[in-house]
Amino acid sequence: MNDFAFHTPSSLKEAAELLAQYDGDARVMSGGTALMLLLKQSLVNPDHIISLHRVPEARSIEVSDGVLHIGGLVTQREMELSPVVREATPLLANAYSRVATVRIRNAATVGGGLAQADPAMDPPSSLLVLNASVKVTSASGERIIPIADWYSDYYETTINEDEIVTELLVPVQPTDMAWTYIKYLPRTEDDYATVSVAALGKAENGKISEVRVGLGAVSSTALRASDLEAALLGADASFDVLKDASQAVADIVDPTSDPRGSADYKRDMSVVFARRALQQVLNVEG
Amino acid sequence: MTSTPIKQTVRVSVNGKPYTAEVPTYRTLVDFLRYDLGLTGTKETCSVGVCGACTVILDGKMVSSCLTLAVRADGAEIGTIEGVANGDQLHPVQQAFIDNGGFQCGACTPGQIMAAKTLLEENAHPTEDEIKQFMMGNLCRCTGYYQIIDSIKAAAEQK
Repeated sequence: MNDFAFHTPSSLKEAAELLAQYDGDARVMSGGTALMLLLKQSLVNPDHIISLHRVPEARSIEVSDGVLHIGGLVTQREMELSPVVREATPLLANAYSRVATVRIRNAATVGGGLAQADPAMDPPSSLLVLNASVKVTSASGERIIPIADWYSDYYETTINEDEIVTELLVPVQPTDMAWTYIKYLPRTEDDYATVSVAALGKAENGKISEVRVGLGAVSSTALRASDLEAALLGADASFDVLKDASQAVADIVDPTSDPRGSADYKRDMSVVFARRALQQVLNVEG
Repeated sequence: MTSTPIKQTVRVSVNGKPYTAEVPTYRTLVDFLRYDLGLTGTKETCSVGVCGACTVILDGKMVSSCLTLAVRADGAEIGTIEGVANGDQLHPVQQAFIDNGGFQCGACTPGQIMAAKTLLEENAHPTEDEIKQFMMGNLCRCTGYYQIIDSIKAAAEQK
Protein backbone atom coordinates (compact mmCIF):
# COMPACT_ATOMS: atom_id res chain seq x y z
CA MET A 1 0.00 0.00 0.00
CA ASN A 2 1.02 3.57 -0.69
CA ASP A 3 1.92 5.94 2.12
CA PHE A 4 -0.90 8.28 3.13
CA ALA A 5 -2.01 10.66 5.84
CA PHE A 6 -5.06 9.38 7.74
CA HIS A 7 -7.65 11.97 8.74
CA THR A 8 -10.52 11.45 11.19
CA PRO A 9 -12.97 14.36 10.84
CA SER A 10 -15.71 14.55 13.47
CA SER A 11 -18.41 16.02 11.21
CA LEU A 12 -19.52 15.88 7.58
CA LYS A 13 -18.68 19.56 7.24
CA GLU A 14 -15.11 18.94 8.36
CA ALA A 15 -14.83 15.90 6.07
CA ALA A 16 -16.08 17.90 3.07
CA GLU A 17 -13.65 20.72 3.85
CA LEU A 18 -10.72 18.28 4.00
CA LEU A 19 -11.82 16.78 0.70
CA ALA A 20 -11.92 20.24 -0.90
CA GLN A 21 -8.56 21.17 0.64
CA TYR A 22 -6.74 18.12 -0.78
CA ASP A 23 -8.36 18.67 -4.15
CA GLY A 24 -8.33 15.29 -5.90
CA ASP A 25 -5.51 13.88 -3.79
CA ALA A 26 -7.77 12.35 -1.13
CA ARG A 27 -10.14 9.40 -0.90
CA VAL A 28 -13.03 8.98 1.50
CA MET A 29 -13.16 5.77 3.56
CA SER A 30 -16.24 4.57 5.43
CA GLY A 31 -16.33 0.79 6.01
CA GLY A 32 -13.15 0.36 3.98
CA THR A 33 -14.11 -2.99 2.47
CA ALA A 34 -13.95 -1.65 -1.10
CA LEU A 35 -11.27 1.04 -0.75
CA MET A 36 -8.85 -1.30 1.07
CA LEU A 37 -8.89 -3.68 -1.89
CA LEU A 38 -8.17 -0.81 -4.30
CA LEU A 39 -5.36 0.45 -2.04
CA LYS A 40 -3.81 -3.02 -1.67
CA GLN A 41 -3.71 -3.39 -5.46
CA SER A 42 -2.41 0.18 -5.87
CA LEU A 43 -5.36 0.92 -8.15
CA VAL A 44 -5.76 4.12 -6.15
CA ASN A 45 -2.82 5.84 -4.46
CA PRO A 46 -4.14 8.86 -2.55
CA ASP A 47 -1.86 10.95 -0.33
CA HIS A 48 -4.76 11.48 2.06
CA ILE A 49 -7.47 9.19 3.38
CA ILE A 50 -10.44 10.84 5.04
CA SER A 51 -12.09 8.28 7.33
CA LEU A 52 -15.73 8.91 8.23
CA HIS A 53 -15.85 6.54 11.22
CA ARG A 54 -16.01 9.39 13.75
CA VAL A 55 -18.70 11.32 11.83
CA PRO A 56 -21.95 11.13 13.82
CA GLU A 57 -24.25 12.25 10.98
CA ALA A 58 -25.70 10.30 8.03
CA ARG A 59 -26.49 7.23 10.15
CA SER A 60 -30.29 7.36 10.38
CA ILE A 61 -33.00 5.40 8.57
CA GLU A 62 -36.44 7.03 8.37
CA VAL A 63 -39.51 7.37 6.19
CA SER A 64 -41.02 10.79 5.52
CA ASP A 65 -43.61 11.76 2.90
CA GLY A 66 -43.47 8.35 1.24
CA VAL A 67 -39.68 8.36 0.83
CA LEU A 68 -37.19 6.20 2.71
CA HIS A 69 -34.16 8.29 3.72
CA ILE A 70 -31.01 6.28 4.46
CA GLY A 71 -27.85 7.96 5.76
CA GLY A 72 -24.73 7.30 3.70
CA LEU A 73 -22.97 5.80 6.74
CA VAL A 74 -25.69 3.24 7.47
CA THR A 75 -24.12 -0.22 7.16
CA GLN A 76 -25.33 -2.80 4.65
CA ARG A 77 -26.05 -5.14 7.59
CA GLU A 78 -28.39 -2.48 9.03
CA MET A 79 -30.15 -2.31 5.63
CA GLU A 80 -30.70 -6.05 5.81
CA LEU A 81 -32.05 -6.08 9.38
CA SER A 82 -33.81 -2.71 9.80
CA PRO A 83 -37.58 -3.21 10.32
CA VAL A 84 -38.09 0.22 8.70
CA VAL A 85 -36.29 -0.82 5.49
CA ARG A 86 -37.99 -4.22 5.42
CA GLU A 87 -41.39 -2.55 5.70
CA ALA A 88 -40.78 0.37 3.29
CA THR A 89 -38.72 -1.40 0.62
CA PRO A 90 -38.62 -5.19 1.13
CA LEU A 91 -36.88 -5.60 -2.24
CA LEU A 92 -34.01 -3.38 -1.11
CA ALA A 93 -33.68 -5.10 2.29
CA ASN A 94 -33.42 -8.40 0.41
CA ALA A 95 -30.85 -7.07 -2.08
CA TYR A 96 -28.60 -5.78 0.73
CA SER A 97 -28.97 -9.09 2.62
CA ARG A 98 -27.40 -10.84 -0.39
CA VAL A 99 -24.20 -8.76 -0.47
CA ALA A 100 -21.06 -10.82 0.32
CA THR A 101 -21.08 -12.04 3.96
CA VAL A 102 -22.18 -10.82 7.39
CA ARG A 103 -18.64 -9.73 8.19
CA ILE A 104 -18.45 -7.53 5.08
CA ARG A 105 -22.00 -6.15 5.52
CA ASN A 106 -21.10 -5.17 9.10
CA ALA A 107 -18.43 -2.80 7.78
CA ALA A 108 -19.59 -1.83 4.26
CA THR A 109 -21.85 1.22 4.10
CA VAL A 110 -24.65 2.28 1.79
CA GLY A 111 -22.72 5.37 0.70
CA GLY A 112 -19.52 3.40 0.17
CA GLY A 113 -21.30 0.88 -2.03
CA LEU A 114 -22.88 3.62 -4.11
CA ALA A 115 -19.52 5.33 -4.60
CA GLN A 116 -17.72 2.06 -5.40
CA ALA A 117 -20.26 1.35 -8.19
CA ASP A 118 -19.27 -2.25 -8.79
CA PRO A 119 -21.80 -3.37 -11.44
CA ALA A 120 -21.79 -6.93 -10.03
CA MET A 121 -22.96 -5.78 -6.58
CA ASP A 122 -26.47 -6.70 -5.47
CA PRO A 123 -28.18 -3.37 -4.67
CA PRO A 124 -27.86 -1.43 -7.98
CA SER A 125 -30.54 -3.31 -9.96
CA SER A 126 -33.01 -2.88 -7.08
CA LEU A 127 -32.14 0.79 -6.71
CA LEU A 128 -32.87 1.24 -10.43
CA VAL A 129 -36.33 -0.37 -10.33
CA LEU A 130 -37.21 1.48 -7.11
CA ASN A 131 -36.34 4.84 -8.74
CA ALA A 132 -33.91 5.77 -5.97
CA SER A 133 -31.75 8.90 -5.87
CA VAL A 134 -28.44 9.77 -4.26
CA LYS A 135 -27.68 12.88 -2.23
CA VAL A 136 -24.06 14.06 -2.33
CA THR A 137 -22.53 16.77 -0.17
CA SER A 138 -19.51 18.98 -0.73
CA ALA A 139 -18.08 22.00 1.08
CA SER A 140 -20.13 24.19 -1.26
CA GLY A 141 -23.51 22.48 -0.90
CA GLU A 142 -25.44 19.38 -1.84
CA ARG A 143 -27.24 17.94 -4.85
CA ILE A 144 -29.52 15.01 -5.56
CA ILE A 145 -28.83 12.71 -8.53
CA PRO A 146 -31.42 10.22 -9.85
CA ILE A 147 -30.02 6.67 -9.77
CA ALA A 148 -30.54 6.42 -13.55
CA ASP A 149 -27.88 9.16 -13.90
CA TRP A 150 -25.59 7.88 -11.12
CA TYR A 151 -23.71 4.86 -12.51
CA SER A 152 -21.62 5.85 -15.53
CA ASP A 153 -19.17 2.95 -16.11
CA TYR A 154 -17.30 0.16 -14.32
CA TYR A 155 -16.62 1.53 -10.83
CA GLU A 156 -17.50 5.02 -12.10
CA THR A 157 -20.26 7.39 -11.06
CA THR A 158 -21.19 10.98 -11.76
CA ILE A 159 -20.01 12.11 -8.30
CA ASN A 160 -17.41 14.88 -8.26
CA GLU A 161 -14.10 14.48 -6.45
CA ASP A 162 -15.07 16.95 -3.73
CA GLU A 163 -18.39 15.25 -2.92
CA ILE A 164 -19.38 12.62 -0.32
CA VAL A 165 -22.42 10.33 -0.60
CA THR A 166 -24.54 11.37 2.37
CA GLU A 167 -27.99 9.95 1.69
CA LEU A 168 -29.90 7.40 -0.35
CA LEU A 169 -33.52 8.33 -1.07
CA VAL A 170 -35.93 5.58 -2.08
CA PRO A 171 -39.66 6.02 -2.74
CA VAL A 172 -41.60 3.54 -0.60
CA GLN A 173 -42.13 0.37 -2.64
CA PRO A 174 -45.68 0.03 -4.05
CA THR A 175 -47.45 -2.59 -1.94
CA ASP A 176 -49.68 -3.73 -4.80
CA MET A 177 -46.74 -4.95 -6.90
CA ALA A 178 -45.02 -8.28 -6.34
CA TRP A 179 -41.23 -8.16 -6.15
CA THR A 180 -38.23 -10.43 -6.50
CA TYR A 181 -34.46 -10.36 -6.54
CA ILE A 182 -32.86 -13.42 -8.07
CA LYS A 183 -29.19 -14.11 -8.41
CA TYR A 184 -27.58 -16.82 -10.52
CA LEU A 185 -24.61 -18.21 -8.60
CA PRO A 186 -23.01 -21.20 -10.35
CA ARG A 187 -20.03 -21.29 -7.97
CA THR A 188 -20.55 -20.33 -4.32
CA GLU A 189 -23.25 -18.51 -2.36
CA ASP A 190 -20.98 -15.57 -1.45
CA ASP A 191 -19.68 -15.10 -5.01
CA TYR A 192 -20.50 -12.33 -7.45
CA ALA A 193 -23.47 -13.26 -9.60
CA THR A 194 -23.27 -14.43 -13.20
CA VAL A 195 -26.42 -12.37 -13.62
CA SER A 196 -28.84 -10.87 -11.10
CA VAL A 197 -32.34 -9.54 -11.73
CA ALA A 198 -34.57 -7.29 -9.63
CA ALA A 199 -38.19 -6.98 -10.70
CA LEU A 200 -41.52 -5.51 -9.65
CA GLY A 201 -44.78 -6.40 -11.37
CA LYS A 202 -48.54 -6.50 -11.31
CA ALA A 203 -51.08 -8.28 -13.50
CA GLU A 204 -54.80 -7.49 -13.53
CA ASN A 205 -57.34 -9.71 -15.29
CA GLY A 206 -54.52 -11.58 -16.99
CA LYS A 207 -52.93 -8.40 -18.41
CA ILE A 208 -49.65 -6.88 -17.28
CA SER A 209 -50.47 -3.48 -15.78
CA GLU A 210 -47.13 -2.56 -14.21
CA VAL A 211 -43.64 -4.00 -14.59
CA ARG A 212 -40.07 -2.96 -13.86
CA VAL A 213 -36.89 -4.98 -14.52
CA GLY A 214 -33.29 -4.25 -13.50
CA LEU A 215 -30.21 -6.32 -14.38
CA GLY A 216 -26.91 -6.60 -12.52
CA ALA A 217 -23.46 -8.05 -13.31
CA VAL A 218 -23.97 -8.15 -17.11
CA SER A 219 -22.75 -4.73 -18.22
CA SER A 220 -20.44 -1.91 -17.15
CA THR A 221 -23.30 -0.65 -14.96
CA ALA A 222 -26.52 -2.13 -13.69
CA LEU A 223 -29.25 -1.72 -16.34
CA ARG A 224 -32.96 -0.96 -16.41
CA ALA A 225 -34.66 -3.03 -19.15
CA SER A 226 -36.90 -0.16 -20.27
CA ASP A 227 -37.72 -1.55 -23.73
CA LEU A 228 -38.75 -4.87 -22.22
CA GLU A 229 -40.96 -3.07 -19.70
CA ALA A 230 -42.63 -1.02 -22.46
CA ALA A 231 -43.22 -4.11 -24.60
CA LEU A 232 -44.91 -5.93 -21.74
CA LEU A 233 -47.30 -3.21 -20.58
CA GLY A 234 -50.84 -4.30 -21.44
CA ALA A 235 -49.69 -7.67 -22.77
CA ASP A 236 -51.02 -11.02 -21.62
CA ALA A 237 -49.36 -12.35 -18.49
CA SER A 238 -48.48 -15.66 -20.11
CA PHE A 239 -45.35 -17.79 -20.35
CA ASP A 240 -45.07 -17.42 -24.13
CA VAL A 241 -45.34 -13.62 -23.96
CA LEU A 242 -42.70 -13.41 -21.22
CA LYS A 243 -40.40 -15.84 -23.03
CA ASP A 244 -40.54 -13.91 -26.31
CA ALA A 245 -40.29 -10.48 -24.73
CA SER A 246 -37.32 -11.43 -22.52
CA GLN A 247 -35.21 -11.91 -25.68
CA ALA A 248 -34.96 -8.09 -25.76
CA VAL A 249 -32.56 -8.31 -22.81
CA ALA A 250 -29.91 -9.91 -25.04
CA ASP A 251 -29.61 -6.64 -26.97
CA ILE A 252 -28.93 -4.41 -23.96
CA VAL A 253 -26.49 -6.47 -21.91
CA ASP A 254 -22.74 -6.31 -22.61
CA PRO A 255 -21.16 -8.92 -20.34
CA THR A 256 -17.48 -9.81 -20.03
CA SER A 257 -16.16 -13.37 -19.93
CA ASP A 258 -14.81 -14.46 -16.56
CA PRO A 259 -14.84 -17.59 -14.36
CA ARG A 260 -18.58 -16.99 -13.78
CA GLY A 261 -19.34 -17.59 -17.45
CA SER A 262 -18.42 -16.58 -20.97
CA ALA A 263 -19.95 -13.41 -22.39
CA ASP A 264 -22.26 -15.48 -24.62
CA TYR A 265 -23.36 -17.66 -21.71
CA LYS A 266 -24.05 -14.63 -19.52
CA ARG A 267 -26.10 -13.06 -22.32
CA ASP A 268 -28.17 -16.24 -22.61
CA MET A 269 -28.59 -16.47 -18.85
CA SER A 270 -29.67 -12.81 -18.71
CA VAL A 271 -32.60 -13.70 -20.94
CA VAL A 272 -33.48 -16.78 -18.90
CA PHE A 273 -33.25 -15.08 -15.51
CA ALA A 274 -35.17 -12.00 -16.70
CA ARG A 275 -37.97 -14.35 -17.77
CA ARG A 276 -37.87 -16.23 -14.46
CA ALA A 277 -38.03 -12.98 -12.47
CA LEU A 278 -40.98 -11.84 -14.58
CA GLN A 279 -42.74 -15.17 -14.02
CA GLN A 280 -42.34 -14.70 -10.28
CA VAL A 281 -43.67 -11.16 -10.06
CA LEU A 282 -46.49 -11.77 -12.54
CA ASN A 283 -47.35 -15.18 -11.07
CA VAL A 284 -46.92 -17.01 -14.37
CA GLU A 285 -46.06 -20.70 -14.26
CA GLY A 286 -43.60 -22.18 -16.75
CA MET B 1 6.05 1.59 0.48
CA THR B 2 8.17 4.64 1.21
CA SER B 3 11.26 4.52 3.39
CA THR B 4 9.86 7.08 5.82
CA PRO B 5 6.24 6.06 6.35
CA ILE B 6 3.75 8.37 7.97
CA LYS B 7 3.15 6.97 11.44
CA GLN B 8 0.36 7.43 13.93
CA THR B 9 -0.12 6.27 17.49
CA VAL B 10 -2.79 3.61 17.91
CA ARG B 11 -4.30 2.98 21.34
CA VAL B 12 -6.59 0.00 21.58
CA SER B 13 -8.04 -2.37 24.11
CA VAL B 14 -7.62 -5.98 23.01
CA ASN B 15 -9.56 -8.53 25.06
CA GLY B 16 -9.80 -5.91 27.82
CA LYS B 17 -6.05 -5.16 27.96
CA PRO B 18 -4.72 -1.76 26.79
CA TYR B 19 -2.02 -1.56 24.12
CA THR B 20 -0.28 1.39 22.48
CA ALA B 21 1.93 1.31 19.39
CA GLU B 22 3.11 3.74 16.73
CA VAL B 23 2.52 2.26 13.30
CA PRO B 24 2.52 3.28 9.62
CA THR B 25 -0.92 4.45 8.51
CA TYR B 26 -1.05 1.64 5.96
CA ARG B 27 -0.72 -1.08 8.64
CA THR B 28 -3.71 -3.41 8.54
CA LEU B 29 -5.37 -4.41 11.80
CA VAL B 30 -4.38 -8.05 11.33
CA ASP B 31 -0.71 -7.11 10.89
CA PHE B 32 -0.97 -4.74 13.87
CA LEU B 33 -2.32 -7.54 16.08
CA ARG B 34 0.22 -10.10 14.89
CA TYR B 35 3.42 -8.12 14.40
CA ASP B 36 3.08 -5.05 16.60
CA LEU B 37 1.23 -6.64 19.53
CA GLY B 38 2.44 -10.24 19.13
CA LEU B 39 -1.10 -11.63 19.17
CA THR B 40 -0.65 -14.28 16.48
CA GLY B 41 -3.89 -16.18 17.13
CA THR B 42 -5.62 -14.19 14.40
CA LYS B 43 -4.58 -15.54 10.99
CA GLU B 44 -4.33 -13.87 7.60
CA THR B 45 -5.07 -16.11 4.65
CA CYS B 46 -6.74 -14.48 1.63
CA SER B 47 -6.04 -10.78 2.48
CA VAL B 48 -9.15 -9.69 0.54
CA GLY B 49 -11.97 -10.18 3.04
CA VAL B 50 -13.30 -13.41 1.57
CA CYS B 51 -11.97 -16.27 3.73
CA GLY B 52 -12.79 -15.15 7.29
CA ALA B 53 -9.55 -16.39 8.89
CA CYS B 54 -8.78 -12.87 10.19
CA THR B 55 -12.23 -12.36 11.79
CA VAL B 56 -12.10 -10.15 14.90
CA ILE B 57 -14.66 -8.14 16.86
CA LEU B 58 -14.24 -4.36 16.44
CA ASP B 59 -16.37 -2.34 18.86
CA GLY B 60 -18.88 -5.19 19.05
CA LYS B 61 -19.01 -5.96 15.34
CA MET B 62 -17.48 -8.93 13.54
CA VAL B 63 -15.16 -7.62 10.79
CA SER B 64 -12.26 -8.67 8.55
CA SER B 65 -9.07 -7.38 10.17
CA CYS B 66 -7.29 -7.61 6.79
CA LEU B 67 -9.67 -4.95 5.40
CA THR B 68 -9.39 -2.67 8.44
CA LEU B 69 -6.60 -0.17 8.99
CA ALA B 70 -4.95 -0.23 12.41
CA VAL B 71 -5.31 3.58 12.61
CA ARG B 72 -9.06 3.14 12.07
CA ALA B 73 -9.13 1.00 15.24
CA ASP B 74 -7.54 3.74 17.39
CA GLY B 75 -9.66 4.02 20.54
CA ALA B 76 -11.57 0.82 19.80
CA GLU B 77 -12.25 -2.30 21.81
CA ILE B 78 -11.11 -5.38 19.93
CA GLY B 79 -11.92 -9.00 20.61
CA THR B 80 -9.64 -11.75 19.27
CA ILE B 81 -9.33 -15.51 19.65
CA GLU B 82 -6.89 -14.98 22.55
CA GLY B 83 -9.73 -13.55 24.63
CA VAL B 84 -12.25 -16.33 24.08
CA ALA B 85 -11.08 -18.83 26.72
CA ASN B 86 -11.25 -17.89 30.40
CA GLY B 87 -7.74 -18.81 31.51
CA ASP B 88 -7.47 -22.58 31.08
CA GLN B 89 -11.25 -22.88 30.81
CA LEU B 90 -12.17 -23.20 27.13
CA HIS B 91 -15.25 -21.41 25.82
CA PRO B 92 -18.12 -23.83 25.04
CA VAL B 93 -17.68 -23.10 21.30
CA GLN B 94 -13.99 -24.03 21.49
CA GLN B 95 -14.76 -27.21 23.42
CA ALA B 96 -17.46 -28.13 20.91
CA PHE B 97 -15.00 -27.75 18.00
CA ILE B 98 -12.60 -30.15 19.80
CA ASP B 99 -15.32 -32.65 20.71
CA ASN B 100 -16.76 -32.70 17.19
CA GLY B 101 -13.57 -32.49 15.14
CA GLY B 102 -14.49 -29.04 13.83
CA PHE B 103 -10.99 -28.41 12.49
CA GLN B 104 -8.22 -30.13 10.57
CA CYS B 105 -5.16 -27.99 9.76
CA GLY B 106 -6.42 -25.23 12.05
CA ALA B 107 -5.61 -22.20 9.90
CA CYS B 108 -9.26 -21.15 9.63
CA THR B 109 -10.18 -22.16 13.19
CA PRO B 110 -9.65 -18.85 15.04
CA GLY B 111 -11.92 -17.13 12.49
CA GLN B 112 -14.45 -19.98 12.62
CA ILE B 113 -14.59 -19.74 16.43
CA MET B 114 -14.98 -15.94 16.39
CA ALA B 115 -17.80 -16.18 13.83
CA ALA B 116 -19.53 -19.10 15.55
CA LYS B 117 -19.39 -17.32 18.91
CA THR B 118 -20.86 -14.18 17.31
CA LEU B 119 -23.63 -16.23 15.68
CA LEU B 120 -24.62 -17.85 18.99
CA GLU B 121 -24.59 -14.48 20.76
CA GLU B 122 -27.02 -13.12 18.13
CA ASN B 123 -29.07 -16.30 17.74
CA ALA B 124 -28.74 -18.81 20.60
CA HIS B 125 -30.45 -21.67 18.76
CA PRO B 126 -29.86 -21.30 15.01
CA THR B 127 -31.27 -23.74 12.49
CA GLU B 128 -28.84 -25.58 10.23
CA ASP B 129 -29.75 -23.20 7.41
CA GLU B 130 -29.10 -20.18 9.63
CA ILE B 131 -25.71 -21.65 10.60
CA LYS B 132 -24.83 -22.12 6.92
CA GLN B 133 -25.96 -18.60 5.99
CA PHE B 134 -24.06 -16.94 8.83
CA MET B 135 -20.89 -19.05 8.49
CA MET B 136 -20.80 -18.73 4.69
CA GLY B 137 -18.00 -16.16 5.01
CA ASN B 138 -15.62 -18.51 6.81
CA LEU B 139 -13.87 -20.86 4.42
CA CYS B 140 -12.21 -24.15 5.41
CA ARG B 141 -9.90 -25.43 2.68
CA CYS B 142 -9.68 -28.81 4.42
CA THR B 143 -13.46 -28.79 3.72
CA GLY B 144 -14.43 -29.85 7.23
CA TYR B 145 -17.72 -28.03 6.91
CA TYR B 146 -20.00 -30.79 8.25
CA GLN B 147 -17.99 -31.07 11.45
CA ILE B 148 -18.00 -27.29 11.84
CA ILE B 149 -21.79 -27.26 11.55
CA ASP B 150 -21.96 -30.16 14.05
CA SER B 151 -19.70 -28.24 16.43
CA ILE B 152 -21.90 -25.15 16.34
CA LYS B 153 -25.05 -27.23 16.86
CA ALA B 154 -23.40 -28.92 19.85
CA ALA B 155 -22.35 -25.58 21.35
CA ALA B 156 -25.89 -24.25 20.89
CA GLU B 157 -27.38 -27.29 22.65
CA GLN B 158 -25.35 -26.47 25.74
CA LYS B 159 -26.98 -23.04 26.03
